[in-house]
Order: sequence, then structure tokens, then C-alpha cells
Amino acid sequence: MSEVRQILTTIVATLREIFDESAYMRFLARNRISSSSTAYAAFLREQEGIKARRPKCC
Amino acid sequence: MKKSIRIVIWLGVAVVGALALGTIALHRGEEINAMWLVLAAFCAYALGYRFYSKFISTKVLALDPQRATPAERLEDGRDFVPTNKWVLFGHHFAAIAGPGPLVGPVLAAQFGYLPGTLWILVGAVFGGCVQDFVILLFSVRRDGKSLTEMAREEIGKVGGFVAYAAVISIIVILLAVGALIVVNAMKSSPWGVFTIAMTIPIALLMGFYLRRLRPGKVLEVSALGFILVMLAIWGGQWASQSPTVAPWFTLTAPALAIVIIIYGFAASALPVWLLLAPRDYLSTFVKLGTIALLALGIIALRPTLHMPPLTRFVDGSGPIFAGKIFPFAFITIACGAISGFHSLIASGTTPKLIRRELETRMVGYGAMMCESMVAILAMIAACVLSPGTYFAINSPAGIVGQSPEAASATVSGWGFPVTAAGMHSLAQAVGEQTLFNRTGGAPAFAVGMAHIFSSSLGGQAVMAIWYHFAIMFEALFILTVLDAGTRVGRFMVQDALGHIWKPLGRTGWYPSILATSALIVAAWGSFLWQGVKDPLGGINSLWPLFGICNQLLAAVALCLATTIIVKMGKAKYSPVTLAPLVWLVAVTFTASWHKVFDPNPRIGFLAHARQLASAAPSHGVSRLIINDRVDAAVAGALVCMVALILLESISLWVSVISGRMQVRVREAPFVATRFAAEEQG
Repeated sequence: MSEVRQILTTIVATLREIFDESAYMRFLARNRISSSSTAYAAFLREQEGIKARRPKCC
Repeated sequence: MKKSIRIVIWLGVAVVGALALGTIALHRGEEINAMWLVLAAFCAYALGYRFYSKFISTKVLALDPQRATPAERLEDGRDFVPTNKWVLFGHHFAAIAGPGPLVGPVLAAQFGYLPGTLWILVGAVFGGCVQDFVILLFSVRRDGKSLTEMAREEIGKVGGFVAYAAVISIIVILLAVGALIVVNAMKSSPWGVFTIAMTIPIALLMGFYLRRLRPGKVLEVSALGFILVMLAIWGGQWASQSPTVAPWFTLTAPALAIVIIIYGFAASALPVWLLLAPRDYLSTFVKLGTIALLALGIIALRPTLHMPPLTRFVDGSGPIFAGKIFPFAFITIACGAISGFHSLIASGTTPKLIRRELETRMVGYGAMMCESMVAILAMIAACVLSPGTYFAINSPAGIVGQSPEAASATVSGWGFPVTAAGMHSLAQAVGEQTLFNRTGGAPAFAVGMAHIFSSSLGGQAVMAIWYHFAIMFEALFILTVLDAGTRVGRFMVQDALGHIWKPLGRTGWYPSILATSALIVAAWGSFLWQGVKDPLGGINSLWPLFGICNQLLAAVALCLATTIIVKMGKAKYSPVTLAPLVWLVAVTFTASWHKVFDPNPRIGFLAHARQLASAAPSHGVSRLIINDRVDAAVAGALVCMVALILLESISLWVSVISGRMQVRVREAPFVATRFAAEEQG
């Protein structure tokens, strides 16, 4: 049972990484702020600079 | 587990793999089950990963479990973050998986299922996976440097310039081909256009939800967006049948091309992150879901392949693209076997997230295996169709004729029976007016996928929903690649122009943003326009050009990898990257020669231009002649550049091996990892 839970936890963690939820959490931790509309806007602005230079594969 | 048991298990895998490969290779005159392809692929990947990647990691690269990665040494919580290997595996796979491995195998199926399948397996195990693995590791050992930076440092200035030019070229051609696939899939299809148009308000709603209601809850809102997209697909049926609404969304190919060009420019030049970020999330969500669904569908249904192992078109007379198996099957498959584009990802984000050096094997080699498996699934989706249907969908009107009757007669004349009535019924079943001349691979893949899904879920009644789901998935994903690629290209051009005049390099200066966006969009837009106006459907010229660009970039990456291996003092192991490099050089140089100089006008750009010039002058012919000459110049220029980097590399290898030159690799200094001690303690 614990193995199944571990697999599910890993899948959720993977999805959170792919969908930038983990990056947002790290952004909040790095800037020591809590989640809010303003914080998410600031995160998106930071991400824009990073993601815009990242090619998507063919 | 005892060693003897392990040996027995791996021997069993080898025997089953050989049996499966023997079945798909030797069966003639009777249909086989798709599970043989899945089984052969599974065994080939398992053996490749267990033995070949192990050999590379221990003997060639000597992965060091004690060495700290840049994610650990330079951890900043933003770019450099030590990440769990399984999480990073998924992240890397999501980054490398795109429309290429879905479209390439569908097009290459014109030779039959055998050549493409064998190349996908062999190319991935000995080429693509190796390339991704070694470039990832070399980037990890250089603080996550990019391919172009590594090429400049390890090979020389020419290497750096060629890598840069190859990246820009492939981005331009890729975007043009992607846009052309979308145009060909959605022209005269109000259902498809309506669904894709609806993703704009859905993405805006997702953006509002993320910003105002539940900041940062991307997974949650992506699931919500997915439900709304499914509703949009369902609504598309109503839109396509409504006499009032349908005409708004019924667009010709040129009209769609103009819309896409405007979209690409706006996405690059305007601050529309609120729209693009949610769309990006949505397309990733749909992509991962669709790939999983397709895999489950094939395993659950175990469909029969109706395509023969080899078709008559191995002689080079194929209707989808002209040219013989060698070299054209190998450049057509593209990303499913080896993709130069992956080297950009493997030297981009991923090396900055790797926690331990040992994990590069699983992430680099393993993720490419999964991508290759996606290509096998696409091959199956194409080959479950009857060959007559497959060729009727994929052949351009310029080859088979304009009317359904003429096209059916031509395809049947090739020995693949199909009727106009049968194609009309199929078109009605998937909610389209016609399925003839839908070149580009996406519609054939969508019909195959709808066939598989509807056989296991919902039956014929929902075939149209599945078809438009597949079309929406491909179009949405390609449009995301398009807006991301245009922005990346714009930044690259700005970086380069900044060396000439500094203000042009400022990414926040609007005149520069507008000028460079226009430059990139004009570059891929002109190729797209060329494809739309091409009477042969455009795919015949542009997909091989894309394949050549992609594989030439892979040749650059393998050149770099071989150079580093030689400089590491491990020249005896250089065949690991040298062998796929030699093969790729043979394939791409031969393909380029054919595309430029072949006397057959269906293959050679210059021969086609001469044929047009000698025919009676008509409207638009001069434009087609210029297009052919531009295509020939692009192919020739790329080959010359790669020849330059190859010569520079060979000269370096000879100097190092003969002892005339003392070199050292430019790795970051060794720092011991803390993770090894933590894991032991």
C-alpha cells in the first residue's frame, strides 16, 4: 500500500513540476511571501523571462 | 536476485524481442497484430537501456556518483534546483515530446510499417537515446551550458556559429512545417477551427482563474480547461452543422495561413502571457493525456495492422513524398529515432535540475526511449487504416486527382482498393466534408486514433468526437510550439543583432521586438505560404527539409559529443557517438544532394524549378520557381555549414589522437556531492 502511495506521490510531484506549481512554491519560499494574486503575477513575470527562451521540442 | 536468474530473465527478453522482430520482419502476405510492434519495441528498449546505456555510463562517460551537479553547487531555487529523478524524467519527457514523433512515422508508413519501425528502434537505441544522454551529461559537467556554448568552447568558433545557424534554421523550418500541418488539418473544417478558436477564451478563463481565484493551482485549472475543451469539441459538431455559424469557421488554406501568421506575430510581439501560459499548460495536459490514452487504447484493443510491411513505394515513387527508402525514410521519421532538437533541451533546462550525475542515464537515455515508443504508437495508428484509406487521405490532389472518383481510381490502381463512397462514409463518420487530399499526416493519425479509440470506447457513434479530439490535440500542441518557437527565435536574433548594434539586443525595446518578431515570422511565414500554394501540398518539399535540418543539428550534437570523448582521452570509445554521426552524415548529405540536384522534379528542387520554367507561363509560376531555388539554397547552405564543423572536428580529433595537440576538456571543477553522504547516512 505504501508503495502505491509513493508512486502516486511521485506522479503528482511530476505533474506539479511540469505545470510549474513547484516552481511557484519555490518562488514563494525564495521571496518569503505567501500566495496571492500579486505574488502569482510577479511569478508569471519572472517565468516569462525564463520560459520565453526555452524552446518546445518538435 | 541471483545472477543466474538475472541472466535467464535477460536471455528471455532477448529471445522474445528476436521473435517479435522476426515476426514483423518476415511476415509477408498476411496481416499481423500491432502488439508485435509493441513487444519488439519494449524488448529492444529494455536491452538497450540495461546493457548499452550501462556500457556508456560506466566505460565511456564514467559517471561519478561523488561529483556534485550544477543543480547542487549553484542551487538558487529558480534555474538550478536539485530535482527527484522520476519527477525530472517526466519533466524532460514532457519537454522533448512533440508532434514530430506522431507525424513522421505516419508519413513514413507510405513505405510500409517495416522500414520505419526498424529505424525507430535502431535509431533510438544507438542514436537518439545516446545523443540525449551524452549531451545531457556533458552539459551537466559544464554548469548547464547550451549546445552552442559547448560547441564554441570545445570545437571552435566555426562550431559555435554552425550550431547557432542550425538552431535558427531548424526553428524556422519546424514552425513552417508545423503551421502547414495545422492548415492542412483544419482547412474547410469548421468543427476543427471552432474547437481551436474556443481554446482562446478557455485559456483566458484559465488565466483569470489562476491570477484571481486560485493563484498557482495550475493542475486544477488545467483539468478544468480540459473539461471545457471537451465541451468545445462537442460544441464543434453543432457549429459545423449550423448553417449560420459554420461559414464563419469554414476557412480556406490561404486564409488559415494568414490567421496563423498574424497569431505567430502577436504571440511574439505582444505581452499576452495571460493567454499563452494557460494555453501552454492546457496543451501539455492534453498531450500527456492523449499519449497515455493512445498507449492504453492500443494495448486494450490490440488492433491488426492492415498496411503491408513493404509497399511498392520503396522504389521512390511515393505519393506522399518522393524518394527511396534510403535516405528518405530516415529523415522522415525524425524525432522518433533521433532528433537534434532534443540536444537543445538536454543542454537547456534539464541539466540544471539533475540531482546526481548517475541520473543522467535514466533521464537522458530513458526519456528518449519513451519518445521513441510514442513514434511506434503513431506508426500503429497509421497502419491500422486500410492502405487505400491511408493513401487517399495523405496523397495530394496534384498526384491523385481533384475529384473523389479520380483519387479513388488512382489509389486503387496502385493496388490499394478504396472507393469514393467508402471515403465519403468515413468523412461523414468523423464529421468532415471530405478526407481526400488531407496531407500532412495529422488527419491520417487522427483517423487512425479515432478508429482505435472508437473501437474500445463508445463505438462508431463517437468516432467524430475522437477524430476532432485528435485534431484538436495536434493543432493545439503545434500552435503552442509555434508561439514558443517564434519567441525563442526572436530572442536568438536579438542576441545576435545586439553584437552589431546594442539597442537591438535589448529584449524590452519595442522597436527591436517588433523588427525581430517580424523577421522570424516572415521567415517561417514565407515557407508556410510556399507550402499552402504548392500544388503538391507542400509536405513533399517542406517535411524532408525539416528532417534534414533536424538530423543535421543531431550531427552537430554528435560531432560535439565525439570531440569531447576524444579530448577526454577515450578515443577508443568514440564509435559510440561516431557511428551514429557517420550514419547521419551519410543520410543527410545524400538526402540534401537528392533534394537539390536529383533530376526527378518530384525530388530535386532545381529540377522542379527547371520543369516549371520550361512549361507554359501561368500565374504564380515564377513564385514557385523562386521557392524551389530558396529551398535548394537552404539545403545546400546547411550541408556546407555542417561539413565545416565536421572538418574542424576531424582536424581536432587527428591532432589530439596523434599527440600533436595537448588539450583538456573544459569541465567545471570537481566538487564532492553532499547527497552521497546523506543517502548513506
